[in-house]
Amino acid sequence: MLKTTRTLAAAAGLAMLAASVFAPAVARAQDTIKVGILHSLSGTMAISETTLKDVMLMLIEEQNKKGGVLGKKLEPVVVDPASNWPLFAEKARELLSKDKVAAVFGCWTSVSRKSVLPVFEELNGILFYPVQYEGEESSRNVFYTGAAPNQQAIPAVDYLLANEKVERWVLAGTDYVYPRTTNKILEAYLKGKGVKAEDIMVNYTPFGHSDWQSIVSDIKKFGSAGKKTAVVSTINGDANVPFYKELGNQGVKAQDIPVVAFSVGEEELAGVDTKPLLGHLAAWNYFQSVDTPENADFIKKWQAFTKNPKRVTNDPMEAHVIGFNMWVKAVEKAGTVASDAVIDSLIGVTVPNLSGGYSAMMPNHHISKPVLIGEVQENGQFEIVSQTPGLVVGDEWSDFLPDSKSLISDWRAPMSCGNFNTATGKCGGKGS
Amino acid sequence: MPRALRLWAAMLLVVAATAATLSGALAADLKPLVRNLGAGGFADTEAAIAALAQTGDPAVVPVLQALEAGDLYVRKEDREVVRGSASNGGYTLTDPLGGAALGEAGRGAVDKIRINNSLRRAISAALGSLTLMSPDAGARRAAADSVFKTRNPDGLAALETALGRENDPAVRSIMEQARAAILLTAAGTPDADRLGAIETIRARGDQESLALLNAVRSAEGASAAVRAAADKAFEAVEMRLSLWGMAQNLWYGLSLGSVLLLAAIGLAVTFGVMGVINMAHGEMVMIGAYATFLVQDAIRTYAPGLFDASILIAIPVAFLVSGAVGVLIERTVIRWLYGRPLETLLATWGLSLVLQQAVRSIFGPTNREVGAPSWMSGSFELGGLVITHGRLWIVIFAFLVFGLLLVALKRTWFGLAIRAVTQNRNMASAMGIRTARMDALTFGLGSGIAGLAGVALSQIDNVSPNLGQSYIIDSFMVVVFGGVGNLWGTLVGALALGTVNKFLEPYAGAVLGKILVLIFIILFIQRRPRGLFALKGRAVEA
Amino acid sequence: MLTRFLLLGLDKRAGVLLTVLAVLAVAVPVMALAVPPDSPFHLPMHSVSLLGKYLSFALLALALDLVWGYCGILSLGHAAFFTLGGYAMGMYLMRQIGPRGVYGHPELPDFMVFLNWKELPWYWQGFDQFWFAALMVLAVPGLLAFAFGWFAFRSRVTGVYLSIITQAMTFALLLAFFRNDMGFGGNNGLTDFKEILGYDIQAPATRVGLFVATVAALAAGYMVASSLVASKLGKVLVAVRDAESRVRFLGYSVERYKLFVWTLSACMAGVAGALYVPQVGIINPSEFAPAASIEAVIWVAVGGRGTLAGAVLGAVLVNYGKTYFTAALPELWLFALGGLFVLVTLFLPKGILGLAADRFRKREPAAAVPAAASKGA
Repeated sequence: MLKTTRTLAAAAGLAMLAASVFAPAVARAQDTIKVGILHSLSGTMAISETTLKDVMLMLIEEQNKKGGVLGKKLEPVVVDPASNWPLFAEKARELLSKDKVAAVFGCWTSVSRKSVLPVFEELNGILFYPVQYEGEESSRNVFYTGAAPNQQAIPAVDYLLANEKVERWVLAGTDYVYPRTTNKILEAYLKGKGVKAEDIMVNYTPFGHSDWQSIVSDIKKFGSAGKKTAVVSTINGDANVPFYKELGNQGVKAQDIPVVAFSVGEEELAGVDTKPLLGHLAAWNYFQSVDTPENADFIKKWQAFTKNPKRVTNDPMEAHVIGFNMWVKAVEKAGTVASDAVIDSLIGVTVPNLSGGYSAMMPNHHISKPVLIGEVQENGQFEIVSQTPGLVVGDEWSDFLPDSKSLISDWRAPMSCGNFNTATGKCGGKGS
Repeated sequence: MPRALRLWAAMLLVVAATAATLSGALAADLKPLVRNLGAGGFADTEAAIAALAQTGDPAVVPVLQALEAGDLYVRKEDREVVRGSASNGGYTLTDPLGGAALGEAGRGAVDKIRINNSLRRAISAALGSLTLMSPDAGARRAAADSVFKTRNPDGLAALETALGRENDPAVRSIMEQARAAILLTAAGTPDADRLGAIETIRARGDQESLALLNAVRSAEGASAAVRAAADKAFEAVEMRLSLWGMAQNLWYGLSLGSVLLLAAIGLAVTFGVMGVINMAHGEMVMIGAYATFLVQDAIRTYAPGLFDASILIAIPVAFLVSGAVGVLIERTVIRWLYGRPLETLLATWGLSLVLQQAVRSIFGPTNREVGAPSWMSGSFELGGLVITHGRLWIVIFAFLVFGLLLVALKRTWFGLAIRAVTQNRNMASAMGIRTARMDALTFGLGSGIAGLAGVALSQIDNVSPNLGQSYIIDSFMVVVFGGVGNLWGTLVGALALGTVNKFLEPYAGAVLGKILVLIFIILFIQRRPRGLFALKGRAVEA
Repeated sequence: MLTRFLLLGLDKRAGVLLTVLAVLAVAVPVMALAVPPDSPFHLPMHSVSLLGKYLSFALLALALDLVWGYCGILSLGHAAFFTLGGYAMGMYLMRQIGPRGVYGHPELPDFMVFLNWKELPWYWQGFDQFWFAALMVLAVPGLLAFAFGWFAFRSRVTGVYLSIITQAMTFALLLAFFRNDMGFGGNNGLTDFKEILGYDIQAPATRVGLFVATVAALAAGYMVASSLVASKLGKVLVAVRDAESRVRFLGYSVERYKLFVWTLSACMAGVAGALYVPQVGIINPSEFAPAASIEAVIWVAVGGRGTLAGAVLGAVLVNYGKTYFTAALPELWLFALGGLFVLVTLFLPKGILGLAADRFRKREPAAAVPAAASKGA
């Protein structure tokens, strides 16, 4: 009986010990600057996010070869939030309060960003978010290096309207917030261009949907009404491969019904035979096929780093490259890694992007980028068929949604507000 | 317009008659036009294609085909448009007109002429009018299809000429439909022709006919007779399409059901027969898919000629690899857990995490590409049904696997021994069956069949470490719905769930459809607490 | 006899567990709030929330052990009750945001505003009141469990069939809550909470308060569960687990016993979820994932099924392992976790507490068994 008690006591003691392990180690000599990497390495999102972790490791290694930042080496801190959204918040807290990282590069899905957002605001951290997203957010502590809807969706639709003379639209997406919002914006935009409601078909599918037979045949049916039809796809990650396989098998050719996707890049296409997909489109701010010396150099380094001469690059990777370079520049400008100073000095920082121009961090914490439209080629790469003449500035509050029309974001003093209402002249949303 | 038409027709006739003798002379005239293909941007290329099509010269056809296939290049030194085929590190160049050899060029010495969707459309429209009289029936058919789609009234004369010479009945009927489509859309067609055209289109009876008829019936200025005929035809086509729509749903249901069957049938052995709650079943499927990837990769590298057979070769490989992993798992883990089914759940869940991460570490987290052999790509039409080859083969494969498993269990000594061991271990042992070995083999058999499912799934889904996860729940649902321990139950369960799902999907949407199916399963189990085909007798309470 | 022995041992276990919880309830607030941050005994705030999270998982494990360990109902969908409780709390917290959302709408949560909802759906009414939300935390999982159990137990769905339909239930809820049309925020779920009962949710004192509340709920849950299993009703439950038909033939209404303990367990899981949400800061449909329920079963198995205290221990240990390994071995932690499950099943068939009990029995068999027997006699 006593023994049992003792074993139990030992177990309880173990738990207490574990708790004390959480306490930060006695402050070590600050000889490095820590950089957090918060990307899922397991679970459903590992497929996309692992690559971004590798890019960050490469960028940090390179920066260290150049002597680091402020004379100190950078030290990457990698954690695995395992595609589990509450775990993202927990790991973000751990990175900020236990590891005391200077900045975090991470997240992919909107929900992971929403999950960590309160943590970054509470602990005043810095997050660089590299993926295209639905907008409708601007936080003082988050820097959005991916595309807002006006940097991806709207130019893509413009291209289809002008070059493919599309009159009928299928908006197909996975049922979550990014497709929902993007499609809302696109619907409003298309209706503004005179497209009738019956010429727009909206379809939502669950995550990881794998049986696309009925939906592809519906799309074919919708597209055979005599008007030029296109599909705008916000289908996410895993579901794309079976979707494209079904398109290819059912013989939906890009000449007849082009599909323009916002979540399909070189990495996703690496898992598909692209011959039947020739000519389908994607809109991004970067393609591997961009023909600039900066990009050639980046691809060479990436393939050397991963020791895989066939390894592809994609848009969120470029976003991390831009974000990381901006952070380095801002830290050097501020002369410190302290959050407040870096947050202030990040605005206005300009660094070269990989498509031959310069991207700048805007006061709304979004960046300016060119928008490229590419057609899928047989080798799984994209042929760039259109490029915006100048840079497009990310618009966090869409002009096409009634409730965000009058909102703007400007994090410079004296406004320093993420949801300033131009109609009421007050910070704090629409007001009442 | 009529003058242009006449000119066009005359030119076609002239070309057809004298193509052989004149081709040399014409080729010389085409040269600058072909050169324009490489002049600059997409718009310039499109103009050059139109100019080439305008000549009506059949010599243009191979040039345009080469352009469509992406084989045309601009030689940098003299801006000449050439045809290139890749050969060790460079290109072998030929003249696109006539095919004279032009020597070799390095990769940097030529620029590919890029094309986009609108150029592809321009090319196929141009080829459509140029190849209506091609000696190849397939090309004529494609040309007629393209005319049907574009409905360009300028092409009517050429179409009628071609129609006059056409012998192939199938091509002929498409040409007639194309003609009818032009007649219906063009202004000023006499009513008698229109009524005839409506009949032709009604006979075609597909979605495009419906759209065409709808346009006719709502067009202004149509006579009452035409309108009435169009109305009637519209209703007839609509009726026909909705009937075929039902058949199509049934087929989709069968196809989804056979995927479920493949995924679940291995589980019907490990879980249904052996009673192991095998949460690592999905990972066995995944391993089968990766085995397929490896086989195909090896074939691509060492014997590209065998590519079409790669899936067939992968079938036994995947079976053996997954089966071997299954035997290994049984020998190291499962065998200590017999009689404790819930603990097998725990251990196999752990194993599934380990296997997923192992595959992720070895092959990387990204999708791997498994290509479709030519006999599994594309589709064919059966009445109003569109059946894709890949799905058809999967349905056949699923039934084949099911049949073989049934034979193996019911008609072989091996099957007899398996059934003996699961029904009465001690008695089987007393009869000289090595029960431990049978356990390992049975588990290996179930895992091997999961591997076979992986081969099929590699054709329609992601080959990624998460592959198995997306099928494990569905598989358990199927086995439990059908009745644990009954293979026929698994068959009926899979097909029923697949069909119900596909019939719900058009009405409720994909998400709600799936929710309804799950609720249906929950309610069904209330009615029949042991599944569709319940085992009876004393075994039930054991 | 074994059962009686376990029941006897339980008193001791209860003592130890409740003592540990009491120590935690006192030590954690002191270490987190009173001890200066540079002291080695200082407990940083993120550890407080983390411990709170483990303990709410422990309450879920306890609820699961009650039905699985003592009544033989293996639920592969218990996370559904947990998540429903969490959503009820999440809805209360969302309503507390009021006009502080990014759009500044006085009533609608942000996700409704940008999806163009014009007014609050009926099922969101009342959640601005804490008492109502607290009631719903118990009522929603309880009613679902009652309805589900009413049908399933009366139809005599048992064993693996029951396990699979509980899984179907949680999977259906997962899909349903993913739908944005449901009005629960879709995949993003509910997040960006500001206040609970008027206290700033990010303030250290609030966090400590939530932690203490979790400890109290766990202790209360434990006491309810242990006295329940020690009572006559508990003995019937164990009898149902071991030989359901025989109990039925003896004239007991097996369904009623099952339904009672099943509904109670669902309510406990709901409370666990409600405590989990404010400490983690987000609730979303992925908590409904079948994998989450299976993991909860694993916590119980690791700690020791049918021991109550084992469930608590298992939940804390496995989750601590997850926290530790995802940071220390980010690329390999699944090997560690998966391997742990395999090894525990192979070498600790009765879980950690079961092992402790076995070792104890082997060494002092003569003393232990008669003691148990005499007590029962």
